[in-house]
Amino acid sequence: MLSKKQARAFFLGGTMVTFLIFIGLTIYSFSKGQDQSNYGNITEQVVRGKKIWEANNCMGCHTILGEGGYYAPELTKVLDRRGPGYVKAVLMSPIPWEPNGRKMVAYGFSEEEAADLIAFFDWIDDIDLNGFDRVVSPLAKGEDPLATEEE
Amino acid sequence: MKYKSQKVAYWFFAFSMLLLVLQLTYGFIMGFARIGMDGLHDFIPFNTARAVHTNLLVVWLLSGFMGAAYYIIPEEAQRELVSVKLAYVQLISLALVGVAAIIGYHFNWWEGRKFLEIPRQLDFLVVVNVLLFLGLILVTLFKGKRKTTTALVLSMGLLFAALLYLPGMLPFDSQVMDSFFRWWVVHLWVEGVWELIMGGILSFLLIKLTGVDREVIEKWLYVIVGLTFLSGVLGTGHHYYYIGVNKIWLIVGGIFSAMEPLAFLAMALFAVNMYRKGEKKHPNKIALFWTLGSAIVSFVGAGLLGFAHTLPQTNLYTHGTLVTAMHGHLAFWGAYGMIVLAIISYSLPNMTGRKLYDGARGRAAFWTANIGMVGMTVAFGVAGVAQVYLERKLKMDFMVVQNEISIHFVVLIICASLFTAGIILYIIDFVKHGRPNDEALEMVEVSQ
Ligand code: HEM
Ligand code: HEM
Ligand SMILES: [Fe+2]
Repeated sequence: MLSKKQARAFFLGGTMVTFLIFIGLTIYSFSKGQDQSNYGNITEQVVRGKKIWEANNCMGCHTILGEGGYYAPELTKVLDRRGPGYVKAVLMSPIPWEPNGRKMVAYGFSEEEAADLIAFFDWIDDIDLNGFDRVVSPLAKGEDPLATEEE
Repeated sequence: MKYKSQKVAYWFFAFSMLLLVLQLTYGFIMGFARIGMDGLHDFIPFNTARAVHTNLLVVWLLSGFMGAAYYIIPEEAQRELVSVKLAYVQLISLALVGVAAIIGYHFNWWEGRKFLEIPRQLDFLVVVNVLLFLGLILVTLFKGKRKTTTALVLSMGLLFAALLYLPGMLPFDSQVMDSFFRWWVVHLWVEGVWELIMGGILSFLLIKLTGVDREVIEKWLYVIVGLTFLSGVLGTGHHYYYIGVNKIWLIVGGIFSAMEPLAFLAMALFAVNMYRKGEKKHPNKIALFWTLGSAIVSFVGAGLLGFAHTLPQTNLYTHGTLVTAMHGHLAFWGAYGMIVLAIISYSLPNMTGRKLYDGARGRAAFWTANIGMVGMTVAFGVAGVAQVYLERKLKMDFMVVQNEISIHFVVLIICASLFTAGIILYIIDFVKHGRPNDEALEMVEVSQ
């Protein structure tokens, strides 16, 4: 039968080994050639957009990259779906946007702030999402997102 | 209760109950908003309600864990807490930071990072607060007469939970990096170090309630937390499938996260077997209900419902839908909500001297809350599966789908009312116990 000492060794050993592998894989995934996060294309405008995104907790209603609240549409690929003009109108609207009976906060952003956010969405849209972008994009209609992954 | 200083725990538990009630209130605000009744939109928009709901959840659980530590550590270490006064200072400062954060959320003062919305300025105060807490616990433990495995695992869980808060404070320009390190907090908390805390509390309760030999219980405790880290650390990869990081995580995350339910299965088998094995039956039946209930419901909510969407092939479609909310509710409830209610049910009679061990109200609270929560899980689940199918398979518009599934939120609200009724019964019991007092010290516990 397993003794308490062996049980503790299992705990400490397992933790150490998996933790080291975890750190290794983290470094690997952001290393040159392996990074697929579109890091190189971050501009100052994208950063400004991200700040606005965070300051207003947009993620409290919307998902982006599949993360956030489930109350409002996924915003990955939103420019594909709606086009920048529509998105700008939503962002600048002085009254709550509610085409389907569910209200968005009326931020009434300035032209410049809206442009920053659109730059942020545009940057998001070029990230390699391992196929998820095709699930949330209308361009994927009728296509199996996993099918093209092997190429 | 053996040491006077254990009484501090009472106030952490009371604070915890207060926040729980507030959390549910904001849950209802969101539930009603989802069926078109969003009259509060101008004052409490959905994102505010959501941040308040989830942050209150985390804080009432943490306050519960802290209370548990203040109760358990003196008893395990066999000495009084090093400073009761500082423990009260810690509680009050925790409450102040919490209140400041919650109020701030109503005035657009936050960071839009799911679960970690607390603004950076307050983050530093959180750190100070937690350091004070850890200081009190660890010094008590190391000055104590004995250092049991139960106490060590519990303290280690609390210490690592504090350390893991730090990566969440790093600023990044990239949304991907932000999200990547946010999971070091969120995932490594609930599927890692919090399980140590849960395991420590569970083991303490089982020792007290079943009378099974400490050596046996603590041996299995090591096996369980061993399984937790073995699967949970690399299992973080299940959040990295589709956020813009390397494909390697599809394989690593898929394999290791699929093993995570083993730790929860072990926890459930462990609790049930110790209960069967135990010869001494402690009269506190309500505490036993919550203890075994936590071990079992966490296996269903975290283990089974987590597994249901953890493989990359399924997660591709369910990622970021109401399916996740279904799992989030039952997992948090079973693993962490119920274990906090278990330690409260166990310790309250000991601190107050009132033996409301087996009343009808206590039982009704247990069953009503659990049946309500299972109903809520089903409502979220049905809504989620329908959403995935209509939106992700049939490519219907988001809001069209939301209107289609809004009926399930009527069901959600009904079940949430049942759940809330159970919680209210629990809190009535809590209040009826009265205040902690020193006379309770003389009470000899049956199973010591
Ligand atoms: C007590 C333990 C657990 C708790 C409290 C918990 C809670 C949660 C919560 C709140 C989320 C949503 C996070 C977010 O989107 O920001 C989540 C996501 C997730 N959980 Fe768990 N969980 C637990 C255990 C597990 C286990 C054991 C598994 C796997 C077997 C699992 C699999 C997942 C997956 C795959 C997601 C991502 C869903 C998505 O892509 O949207 N969870 N969990
Ligand atoms: C009165 C009872 C409750 C109601 C009506 C309720 C309702 C909700 C709603 C509507 C959401 C937002 C989902 C979305 O983004 O659209 C939510 C999120 C959440 N709630 Fe509750 N809730 C209740 C109780 C609880 C309890 C008791 C817990 C934990 C034990 C809990 C944990 C959570 C978590 C972790 C999330 C975030 C889920 C995620 O992002 O995946 N809730 N709740
Ligand atoms: Fe996770």
